[in-house]
Amino acid sequence: MTKVIYADNAATTAMSDKAIEAMTPYFKEVYGNPSSLHTVGQVAKEALESARGKVAKCLNCEPSEIYFTSGGSESDNQCIRSAALQGARKGKKHIITTAFEHHAVLHTLKKLEKEGFEVTYLDVHSNGLVTAEEVKAAIRGDTALVTVMFANNEVGTIQPIAEIGKVCRETGVIFHTDAVQAAGHIPVDVKAMNIDMLSISAHKFHGPKGVGALYCRRGLPLFTFIEGGAQERGKRAGTENIAGIVGMSAALEEACSKLKENGEYLTRLREKLIDGLLKIPHSKLNGDRSRRLPGNVNMCFEGVEGESLLLLLDAKGICASSGSACTSGSLDPSHVLLALGLPHEVAHGSLRLSLSEANTEEDIDYIVEEVPKVIEYLRNMSPVWEELEKGIRKHLI
Amino acid sequence: MALYSEKVMDHFTNPRNVGKIDDADGIGEVGNAKCGDIMKIYLKIENDIIVDVKFNTFGCGSAIASSSMATELIKGQPLSKALELTNKAVAEALDGLPAHKMHCSVLAEEAIRAAIKDYYDRHGIEYDKTLFPDPHDEEEEHRGEEN
Repeated sequence: MTKVIYADNAATTAMSDKAIEAMTPYFKEVYGNPSSLHTVGQVAKEALESARGKVAKCLNCEPSEIYFTSGGSESDNQCIRSAALQGARKGKKHIITTAFEHHAVLHTLKKLEKEGFEVTYLDVHSNGLVTAEEVKAAIRGDTALVTVMFANNEVGTIQPIAEIGKVCRETGVIFHTDAVQAAGHIPVDVKAMNIDMLSISAHKFHGPKGVGALYCRRGLPLFTFIEGGAQERGKRAGTENIAGIVGMSAALEEACSKLKENGEYLTRLREKLIDGLLKIPHSKLNGDRSRRLPGNVNMCFEGVEGESLLLLLDAKGICASSGSACTSGSLDPSHVLLALGLPHEVAHGSLRLSLSEANTEEDIDYIVEEVPKVIEYLRNMSPVWEELEKGIRKHLI
Repeated sequence: MALYSEKVMDHFTNPRNVGKIDDADGIGEVGNAKCGDIMKIYLKIENDIIVDVKFNTFGCGSAIASSSMATELIKGQPLSKALELTNKAVAEALDGLPAHKMHCSVLAEEAIRAAIKDYYDRHGIEYDKTLFPDPHDEEEEHRGEEN
């Protein structure tokens, strides 16, 4: 098999050696249940609390404000449900979000709408960004929650979280942010950014899958998501995934210690990749070019369909992702690309390449060399491209 | 690769009969760019036999593989045989398609029928109208099938 260039790090990352090393003893030597009073259990308990301290430090909060979960989706569900419940108790049943949140947020909100909540979906404009002013203008007397993702999982745009946090704090509205794509990649400081609730997922920053955390500011009630035990201070029952939690804390600590150098390195690779791919005729970068995650590139190529593009790239050893309907498992292309105002036919031809520190300049050279060939091959057999070239169909990008 | 059978991958990565026929006797186009797939079939017909067939497709891997397999199945066949080709036969010849990709084989069947109808219409040949139901909103139908 040819060399594999993994450029789908927004989907998941490879685990770091540090995370694996940190986890390994917790499968065999330290197998105790942290709820047990004997020594074997208490050693596990210490590991749990040490991990909590590390995660808290990376996010700049207190260890008591961190709750471990099964991942980003669960964290999003619990935070939003919790804030909604609190709001409802005070008669506040309005929530503000953006049109391109992760489905863990959007689907939870859809359910809440059925339960009588009103949700305002802020436009993310063609650049994939909202402004604090737009959030402020949408806040009403009955607004219970503002939930705006830190960085988008598809187009990588980074929202003005500190500014939104300031607006929310001033108006006394709970502010939750899905920081699944941001934590370990760009600075996240819950205190400085006035964040009340936040979700993270370990496998997005070289930690293990199936584990995540939420931050809930002290004094803010958190409702119990899973009943049945006193774990996580009664907010999430179930024996803790100690190995996973330890692995997550090690991965986050490592990622946060290299934030600056990794960010600079990836930004350089990203810019080179964008420059290279934009040379393809009728291509477009999706989302703001500068206010985006260091490793995120998301492009559309007219006249080709994303799934066939992905499969052909895979055959060349390049692992990427697409927002086409065929890859989303539904009939519509990605809701994120549609929220940016892209027409369906253009959104079908999207390609996301999400880089990690493991990628090299040579990887970028290879991708920039291979993608145009695949695009040309597909365009040559595309009746859509033929019509675009003949002027029967109008070029949209 | 678990997503598709080896045969689908073979027809997708080495598609047969890709291209156009400049002096085609019949051309059929089905699908919708908005939905993410368009299939265009070109036929060269002599004495009611499909002597050549080419396709152009915009779509996913299974759409391209379905076009390739469908053209293989009708090449050299009499029109009567080509009209009998079902989407199931295309899917089976590909060793199966994932359930949510079956509509790609439907498009292949429809594209061939559309091309044959175009041949009849262009050449003023009488045909059984019931073989070709009224053209409908392809987008609607496409959506209906999946739901």
